[in-house]
Amino acid sequence: MNNTKTTDLILVPKPEGLEGEGFFATNLSKVVGLARANSIWPLPFATSCCGIEFMATMSAHYDLARFGSERLSFSPRQADLLMVMGTIAKKMGPVLRQVYEQMAEPRWVIAVGACASSGGIFDTYSVLQGIDRIIPVDVYVPGCPPRPEQIIDGILNIQRLVKSESLRRRDSEEYKAMLNKYGIE
Amino acid sequence: MIDLLPSDTKIIPGEENFTKLNLGPTHPATHGIFQNVLTMDGEKIVRAEPTIGYIHRAFEKIAEHRPYYQITPLTDRLNYCSAPINNIGYQMAVEKLIKADIPKRVQYLRVILMELARITDHLICNSVLGVDTGALTGFVYLFQHRELVYEIYEEVCGSRLTTNLGRIGGFERDFTPVAWAKLNKFLIEFPLALKEFEKLLQRNRIFIDRTVGVGAISSEDALAYSFSGPTLRAAGIDYDVRAMNPYSSYEDFDFKIPVASNGDTYDRFNIRQEEMWQSLSIIRQAIDKLPSGPFHADIPKFYLPNKEDVYENMEALIYHFKIVMGESEIPAGEVYHSVEGANGELGFYIISHGGRSPYRLHFRRPCFIFYQAYPEMIKGSTISDAILTMSSLNVIAGELDA
Amino acid sequence: MIEIGKILGFLREQFSDAILETETQYDFEVVTIQSDSIIPVIAALKNHPEFSFEYLTTLCGIHYPDKSQIAVMYQLHSLSNNIRIRLKTYLSEESPTVRSLTSVFKSANWMEREAYDFYGIHFEGHPDLRRILNVETMIAFPMRKEFPLEDQIRTDKEDKMFGR
Repeated sequence: MNNTKTTDLILVPKPEGLEGEGFFATNLSKVVGLARANSIWPLPFATSCCGIEFMATMSAHYDLARFGSERLSFSPRQADLLMVMGTIAKKMGPVLRQVYEQMAEPRWVIAVGACASSGGIFDTYSVLQGIDRIIPVDVYVPGCPPRPEQIIDGILNIQRLVKSESLRRRDSEEYKAMLNKYGIE
Repeated sequence: MIDLLPSDTKIIPGEENFTKLNLGPTHPATHGIFQNVLTMDGEKIVRAEPTIGYIHRAFEKIAEHRPYYQITPLTDRLNYCSAPINNIGYQMAVEKLIKADIPKRVQYLRVILMELARITDHLICNSVLGVDTGALTGFVYLFQHRELVYEIYEEVCGSRLTTNLGRIGGFERDFTPVAWAKLNKFLIEFPLALKEFEKLLQRNRIFIDRTVGVGAISSEDALAYSFSGPTLRAAGIDYDVRAMNPYSSYEDFDFKIPVASNGDTYDRFNIRQEEMWQSLSIIRQAIDKLPSGPFHADIPKFYLPNKEDVYENMEALIYHFKIVMGESEIPAGEVYHSVEGANGELGFYIISHGGRSPYRLHFRRPCFIFYQAYPEMIKGSTISDAILTMSSLNVIAGELDA
Repeated sequence: MIEIGKILGFLREQFSDAILETETQYDFEVVTIQSDSIIPVIAALKNHPEFSFEYLTTLCGIHYPDKSQIAVMYQLHSLSNNIRIRLKTYLSEESPTVRSLTSVFKSANWMEREAYDFYGIHFEGHPDLRRILNVETMIAFPMRKEFPLEDQIRTDKEDKMFGR
């Protein structure tokens, strides 16, 4: 067996702050960001082939659960992260929009795969050329389908975004202007 | 909020007290996006109105604008759980059109890959059927073995899921020793896991109670609705394209075709299990009897020449140019070729007018055809039974909508 | 084993005026039938005690704009005799109408809806003829040759990057 002592294991590094006997002082946003980033509950909106790669990511070999996404929520009301995996046709657009609107703030969106990011190889009349035409997207994961390592890299990027987000971002003018651009209240 | 129920949802007089439940496009248990509006009398389903087309990607229209070799990635995305079967089936249809003579070694290697793909598709269907009844363990254990098959695909063609495997005329390279080593490892390790999975579910009292008699269909109805594949064989009719119209040297192999009698969910589960065992036996026979020879057909007009020859030989350069620009002389005519996909008879109908792209390419998709019978199969059952029926039919959304 | 010639002989006997053309395409017999007799022909092939074409493999539409015709292709399979046959019928482009096959084969229901959705072929007697794969509010028939493949509302494609 290797000689790892329990003090060698770092689960999640602690944020910078002032430390002393019996107290630890840091920004509130850092603590909240730390808590949020390591307990993201995703909503897998799996439509096609990327959904099967997501199933491989969730299963034991690549194990998305070790990043905090143990509980997949299929109800948008209880989810933090909307993972759109697969082609979104124009017929499916209103459904995706309704699912996004039902999510409570703070919410993030990751577009997994070429079809969700930009329409992919399906440059046709019936496919929505990228979900960012109807909802705002935070992270794009290219690939057709992306390997599970790429999907995990996308989730790590989301974690980085979540950790560094300011607590006032969702009330700011720029955020409201962006939502208005999409027609979402 | 926009009204998302389809506009043709009817309220029939006499049903005013019945609830309308929307088993919507995004539902965790439907494994794909299709909608069913269920009219329910309490717990019983009275009527179901399905809506599909939520992932319609217009494959048949795209195929009319692409040269023949660029259509293989499209066929990947039909039944994406068993992509090699779609690829090889399409390539065989084009080879039939150009009247190419395929060497035996290519045919045996294709059989190995198609049976591996069949195993992976049945793995997903059966383990997800277990998940829907509540047994998540089988899913997690069997997906580990799907990773082993993904590694074999990576060795052969470079990609895990949407394989774009092979070429019109054979393969782009022979199987490497690493691929053979991985295949042998799979053949040693997988039967143990499959046996364990079978022991978990097949004689499990809870599983039998939940699946026997659920979603049954009679053999006359199955024939009238043009079922094919495991769903038809569960209803009692022994139609398998590999036996009836053998392709790619399937007549050289000795395998049984399982047939059941009730047509319910338990029968479909058992047939898929037995088909996986038969697929393993076919793969072993193919490896034992594998002949040596070239790994592609001798059709220089359609199969890309070696890169070294292209730089040195004038003829090879001209062939390379013509093939890549899509100016190979495909003869005019119409051809239909079908293979036994994991869900049934997957057919490719190509009409060629001698041009760069097919004039018309039509996919005969088994999921699209047998999903029509779903409202009839769930009439009078509860929602949990309807979910199990849908899982056991193995409806893949890519194949449903194309 | 039944010979395909016997089936063709039977068809020529019973429906001599409806058969327009027969040819062999890559191991398939293709019989072109007049559009108003296609359903009786298929029903006769299905109900024949010896031939028994009880399986409808597929059904699709084909557009020939230079001849201003839309064809419907039916493919039947006799499981007991292991014979397949293809039947085609040609309809006019302005008003493609033909009787529905749902009275003979139940599986033709969605296949005809798909042909209607793609080509606008009107199947008389179909219980529920509406669009199946495309959006319900769509007006045009997308698989016709004049309908463009790519989304026309896009504004972000630069022509010079796409060779236009």
